[in-house]
Order: sequence, then C-alpha cells, then structure tokens
Amino acid sequence: MTKKILVLLFILIPIKANALIEVDITRGNLNPLPLAVSPLSIDEESRKGFEKILKKENIGSEISTIVENNLRTSGIFNPLDKKAFLQAPDIANLKPRFEDWNLIKAQALITGKVNYVDDKLRVEFRLWDVLAAKEMMALAFTTVPNNWRRVGHIISDKVYERLTGEKGYFDTRIIYVSEEGPKTQRIKKLAIMDQDGANNKFLTLGNELVLTPRFNPASQMVTYLSYFKNMPRVYLLDIETGTQEVVGDFPGMTFAPRFSPDGKKIIMSFAKDGKSDIYTMDLENRIVEKITNHPSIDTSPSYSPDGKYITFNSDRSGYQQIYVMKNDGSDVKRISFGNGLYGTPVWSPRGDLIAFTKLHKGKFYIGVMRTDGSGERLLTENYYQEAPSWSPNGRVLVFYRETKTNSKGEGFSAKLWSIDLTGYNERQIKTPTDASDPSWSSLLSN
Amino acid sequence: MRLNKILKNTLLVLTACLVLSACATKKEVATDIQGQMQGDVYTGTDTVEYLADGVPDRVFFATNESILTTASRETLRAQAAWLRKNPNINVVLEGHADERGTREYNLALGERRANAAKDYLMTYGISSDRITVLSYGKERPVDSGSNPLAWSKNRRSVTVKAN
Repeated sequence: MTKKILVLLFILIPIKANALIEVDITRGNLNPLPLAVSPLSIDEESRKGFEKILKKENIGSEISTIVENNLRTSGIFNPLDKKAFLQAPDIANLKPRFEDWNLIKAQALITGKVNYVDDKLRVEFRLWDVLAAKEMMALAFTTVPNNWRRVGHIISDKVYERLTGEKGYFDTRIIYVSEEGPKTQRIKKLAIMDQDGANNKFLTLGNELVLTPRFNPASQMVTYLSYFKNMPRVYLLDIETGTQEVVGDFPGMTFAPRFSPDGKKIIMSFAKDGKSDIYTMDLENRIVEKITNHPSIDTSPSYSPDGKYITFNSDRSGYQQIYVMKNDGSDVKRISFGNGLYGTPVWSPRGDLIAFTKLHKGKFYIGVMRTDGSGERLLTENYYQEAPSWSPNGRVLVFYRETKTNSKGEGFSAKLWSIDLTGYNERQIKTPTDASDPSWSSLLSN
Repeated sequence: MRLNKILKNTLLVLTACLVLSACATKKEVATDIQGQMQGDVYTGTDTVEYLADGVPDRVFFATNESILTTASRETLRAQAAWLRKNPNINVVLEGHADERGTREYNLALGERRANAAKDYLMTYGISSDRITVLSYGKERPVDSGSNPLAWSKNRRSVTVKAN
C-alpha cells in the first residue's frame, strides 16, 4: 500500500554549518518560533494539471498548509497568518525581501515551487533565516502526484530537523483501534491514519474484538490481539497485502505483543492457569522462548532500542509495578517505587526514558522515568488514560483517554491524545470514530 | 503572638471538624450501597443470570483480587453440583475486570479470575476437559457506570454454557 515513497532528493545548495537559527526543544515551548510558510508557488499550467488528477484547486497551497499544520501542532513553531505576508510566493522563492518578513516578525521563512513534469509532482523548497538573511536549506523532490501529502510531511520533517537538530516525526502513521457502539458492546476495528489524521482507513470489519495493534519498527507489519473464533491470540498482519497469521501455537490466550527493535521477534504474554509469563517468538525460525517464569502476572513487555533489555509490568510484589531485565530474562530489577500502581512501560526510541501509565488515588497519569526508575515526571493527569506510544524521534507521546460516564452510565468516549515530552502541548488527535490503543510508526522515508 | 496561637488552634480544630464530617458523609454513602456490596465485592443480584434454578451464573471479586469469597464458593459449589448432574454440558468461564486498570494487565487479571473459578469447580469434581477459560479483561462490562458499584458488578467470572 505505501511502497516507500519514490523521492529523488538532491541538495541544490550545500548546507552551511554556520550557526543560524536553532530551536531548543528540551525545554517547554512557551515561546514557539514565529515562522512564515509562504504558499508554494505554481504556474498556471501545472496548477491545471494537478487540479485534473488530484481534484485540488491549488496543490501548492495544499502542501504548504500541511507543512504549516505540522509545524504548529509540534508546539515548537508558530506559523504566522498568511494574510500578513507582503511578498508574492513566486518572488519570495527566488529572493526573499528579508525586511518584509522581518517586519511581520518571522524568524524563519519557507518558500517553494511546484511543477507538473512528465506526470510527476516536482517540489522544491527553501528554508531561510530571516534575521541572518541567509538560505539554510534547499531541497527538491520528484514523486507521483498522489504522494502530495507525504511531500508536505517530508518538507515538515526536513525543516524540523534543520531547526531543532533532531529528526522529525511527520512522515509517519498511527495504527489504532476504532471504537463504536455502547460501552457494554463496543465494536472494535483496526484502523490506520497519517500522523495528522488524514487518510484514515479501516483494516478489519469489526466482526471480532481486536486490541493493541503495534507497528514493526523496521517494516509496515503490525502485530495485534484478535478474538477471532473467540480465541484471543496474537496475530501478525501485513498491512500492504492484508495477509495475517497467528503467532505461535499456544494452548491459551496470548496478548500484549510488541516487536523487537530489529523487527525480527515478537515479544508477548501467554496466560495459563492464572499466570501470565513473557515469551518471544523469532519470526524467521519460529522458535519460541520463555523469558519470565513466575506465578505472577508479567505483561506489557517492551524492548530497549538496542534490544539488550526488556521492561515489563508485573504484580509479583503484590501490585502492578515496572521492572527491567536482560533480554534473556535474567537480572530482573524493579524500577518503579513511587506511590500507586505502574503499568504499560514503553522504552523510548532514544533509549534514555521509559514512558508509563500510573494509577494513584483514583487518577491515571502518563509519565516518564529514567531506565533505572529515577527522575519520575508525570506529564498529564486524567480520569482514565493509558498506553503511551512514542513518536519515532522520542519527543512526543500518543495515548488514549476515556471519559467518566454520568450516573446513568452515559457519556462514554475514548479519544487519542498526544503530549510533548516536556509536558506541554497536549492535543487531541481527531479520528472519525472513538479511538484507543495508538501505536506510532517509524519514519516512512528518510 | 498569643492571639495568633489561639487563632491557629481554632483553625486546627475547625479543620479537624471538617475532616470528621467529611468522613461521616462518606460512611453514609458506603451504607447506601452496602446492601449490594461487601467491602468492594458485589453481593447483589442485579446482573446475575441463572444456569438452573438456584444456580447463579457468576461470582464477583474485589479490586485487583482473584480470591473467591464465601458467597462465590457457595455459587461455584452449586454450579459444580449442577454440572455433575448434567455431564454432557461443557462451560466457558469468562473472566472480567473493571475499567480502572490498564488493558493488558486486565486481560491477565480476567484470566486469573476465571482460573480461580475453574480450580474450584475442579476440586468439586468437574473435569478440566469440560471447562474453557476466556478472559475479556475490561472489554465487556455489564454496567457502563463509572462508580464503585458498577465496577464491582464488572469484576466477575461468568459461567456460560458452551453447548
């Protein structure tokens, strides 16, 4: 379905290593950087060509709107109102009049041009430092016209990376569980969408209960739990071909699946006789290994990005707490010692933090702690929220939140939310139906 | 200085009174639903269905627990007796959790609760061949309320005829 985008990426002008604008994203972003996203300019012939195939009146402004929305949503940038722009897009792309952009307080400027060439979409864009009056980056892409949204995301990623020094997360997708119907009989389907909510698609019909889909970090495969034939089992789904298969041959419920960082193994829990232990299955040779062996509930496993460690939650101490062990199951250490219950640990793709859900005095929190359990920081508190999943650059968490019902049991909803690692910039991600169990993909290109 | 101290003491007394009265109100609420809950285990019959006359289909659990209460054991003994009389009937034990836990842990907890019921049926002579365990975690509540009474009804293991 999403073959790797065919991107011809060439640098027009070499990037200079001068100290131009730099955005510090490690602090709260109370002063997002003001920047101007000038609409990508387009000649009349190209405009008509794209209008015909894409049914969009002006694909240049559509793409720049994607860039603008992405940058605004990040909370790090403040795209300025286009009405205030003084310079026309085509001229700005050739040579910006920096005084004009300075006047509206833009510190950075994005300009560009779109062409219809041999049935392809050719986009070039430039990033300018307004105060230094210098070009910071110039890139061009050629791809099939249908990829126009992804072009917007890739430009956003490039700008983000150039200005923050860290990889972006815009050219990504989120797989989640779509929910409909009364709370006592929810219909659940696997669904997938672009990170910004566009291109929503349902992957299952809702005939059986499905839960906890997770992306393979190395490919477009997904693992999830399905109640197919009333037998809750971990499945592997290829979202390009639609083929799926049961993972392993277990005489009971398997659940809580995740991929290893190299995508070659699935780690999950198997429940038997009231005990749940952690297992792995190698997807190449189908060898199953038992990793924990304890009469308690051991579940929600997640690998460290180097694959050497596993974090999971267990109630072996009497209550649900977070543990870390080596990938062979040895050296189990409890790392959560604060007040309350701790669950759903997920190792950051950067390796330094573990995100978790905490339940304390009737409230649910999403938080992060270092991998030895120190430095606990709670990012958000609510009636019910859980299951954080990291953006591929480890800066943003997506999770789901459920509302409390009223005295008649009405008013239930489940929605996806994202929050910055700093605890700022909490946002709801719009979905066509109620939604839960989000999992963020890796960057599709780059 | 002294006045200050007196004021402070009065404040302390006032706060203590407030705390006490808050406790009193809480207790009243607790008695309101006491008819249907003991501790936080559901003891009512609102959602209970019957496998046969005098054989309730479900047992209830305390928060985060899978221990069978005296009432639960009585229910399961009645189920075991009925199953012995009906040797051709197989059952599925469906284990459930309330909404106040993480999804994956709740799946495991539902499985543990259903297994507690299964073990008890087995000690009363029901072969494990006749029993399948199925956990739904927090996915299938019977009461959609967000309150202790609703949660207590949802923490359950339900014995369902499989054939």
